[in-house]
Amino acid sequence: MFQSLRMAMKSIAGNKFRAFLTMLGIIIGVMALVILVSLVNGVTGSVTDSISSLGTNLLTVTVSDDKGSPIKLETLTEWSDEEGIGDIAPASETSVTGKYDSTSTTVQVYGTTPAYQNIQDLTVLLGRFLKTTDVDNNSYVCVINETAATSLVGYEDCIGEEISLDGMKFTVVGVLEDNDSSLTAAFGSDSLVVYIPYTTLLRISSTVSTDITSFYVSMEEDSDMDTAEAAITALLLDRFEDDEDAFTVTSQDVLEDTTSTITSMFTVLLGSIAAISLVVGGIGIMNIMLVTVTERTREIGIRKAIGAGRGVILQQFLLESVVLCMLGCGIGIFLSWVVLQLASVVTSSLGLTFSMQWNVVAIAVAFCFLIGLIFGLYPANKAAKLPPIEALHYGG
Amino acid sequence: MIELRDVCREYQVGDNKVMALDHASVHIYPGEFVSVIGPSGSGKSTLMNIIGCLDLADSGEYLLDGTPIDDYTEKEMTVVRNRKIGFVFQSFNLIGKLTAEENVELPLIYQKVKKAERKRRVEEALAMVHLEKRAKHLPTELSGGQQQRVAIARAIVTKPSLILADEPTGNLDSKTSEEIMGIFHGLHREGNTIVLITHDDDVAKEAARSIHILDGKLSEVER
Repeated sequence: MFQSLRMAMKSIAGNKFRAFLTMLGIIIGVMALVILVSLVNGVTGSVTDSISSLGTNLLTVTVSDDKGSPIKLETLTEWSDEEGIGDIAPASETSVTGKYDSTSTTVQVYGTTPAYQNIQDLTVLLGRFLKTTDVDNNSYVCVINETAATSLVGYEDCIGEEISLDGMKFTVVGVLEDNDSSLTAAFGSDSLVVYIPYTTLLRISSTVSTDITSFYVSMEEDSDMDTAEAAITALLLDRFEDDEDAFTVTSQDVLEDTTSTITSMFTVLLGSIAAISLVVGGIGIMNIMLVTVTERTREIGIRKAIGAGRGVILQQFLLESVVLCMLGCGIGIFLSWVVLQLASVVTSSLGLTFSMQWNVVAIAVAFCFLIGLIFGLYPANKAAKLPPIEALHYGG
Repeated sequence: MIELRDVCREYQVGDNKVMALDHASVHIYPGEFVSVIGPSGSGKSTLMNIIGCLDLADSGEYLLDGTPIDDYTEKEMTVVRNRKIGFVFQSFNLIGKLTAEENVELPLIYQKVKKAERKRRVEEALAMVHLEKRAKHLPTELSGGQQQRVAIARAIVTKPSLILADEPTGNLDSKTSEEIMGIFHGLHREGNTIVLITHDDDVAKEAARSIHILDGKLSEVER
């Protein structure tokens, strides 16, 4: 065995350039596999991190069928006193044309209640957020985000200014800090957002009714999301005749789950593509091994004449193909490591780090070994089966 | 030692059947130095292949050391070649990537001889052909005569019952040929059985007994 290993190394070293070209297929295949899977894993890690940094203390409830007992603002106020539930805030959303002086642009309008600030963890930059009295009195006041302030009004410190939303005048009472990690930011970072009292939105919009179909729930302090989810689900089931299909409660765990499903699909997809390129590399190995067998027919004849059996010849060529594959694999893994290090340096400003996934490396090594074995088998068997007389007289 | 009785071997060449060996019978005794002489195409190579267990006869009987070889499997033939026969070829047939000593060592590796023992026997064999100093050289760094001596060392390293030489001097000049023949005579004196196949009368005359072969038929030439 050791003798055969030495022979295999010798015969590979004897034709370095060809060995390199042969290994190239395997090298590229291994690099594709290791780099792609490691990249996907790196990106997954960073996406998952940013999703969990959005905060998991939030439940979104959507009602699809109110069964004749729609949820009103008062209902939410009652519910927010229940055990396990922190704040509840409705959120009806509409798009309107916002105007200030001659500036006119589309803005997102959210009709909500003061509780919204806590639930979404909004930071007031100037002025104040909506107050209960604003909701009670259907006041024409609004709180806008930084982006809206700068692009609609023109400057940040715009407390007391009047903007018009679909022709109705609203007084700006507060400016909110742009929150990069909020959900709304994540899905449309430079949108102009205006918050007005829920009751006021009912007046200016024809599509929003007093029946609340969507609202946010936060958890009670010193409690956890599961308790809050259980509590709100119980309340909703109670109201909607135990029909689970009448509403949906979404937590951000679901978002994380979805993300991980998508990324693992990506991993499998890219992994399979890389595996295909490894198989193609294996075919290259087989091709060269067949050439090698033909070239060394005479040597095989000599070996057989002086007493090498089929097994010895088979082992010699099989080992050569496996060694070729494993060398390619090693080089591929090393180059992948270099590329991943470079990628990490280049993308470090984005907060992405790519590290070698050791399980992928293990898979690559095992796969290369198998490829060397499978694609070496046919040429090695061909060599082993050569009749000694014909082999001896081959080419001379 | 070697006994062939009515051995026939036929080849299909195109549409014609060629009788390479036609009821050949021969008896070679232990310690004999026999030459087989005949023009090319006479069946020399076929005879050598059968004696050397590289090929099987179609009919007839072949006994090597009293054992019939007729229905051996490929694996059994390999073992016989490895243990009982030492080959010396016209074109030396050394493996180019291996040094002289590695070439000589190869049959012992196939016999699974231990490393220390291998080393001792390789040195012994190379000493017999006076090539101790060239042990680490590759075949391409050796002259034709030296390469053939390495091949002889490889043939004798296993201490075979029979040394089978196929035109061993065919590729060498006359001075080197004499040198090689000298080695064969030396081996013969030490009690080795040698069968030498050649088309050269002068070489054939060196053996104690010559067997002529023509169109697959054998005839003894006593001297």
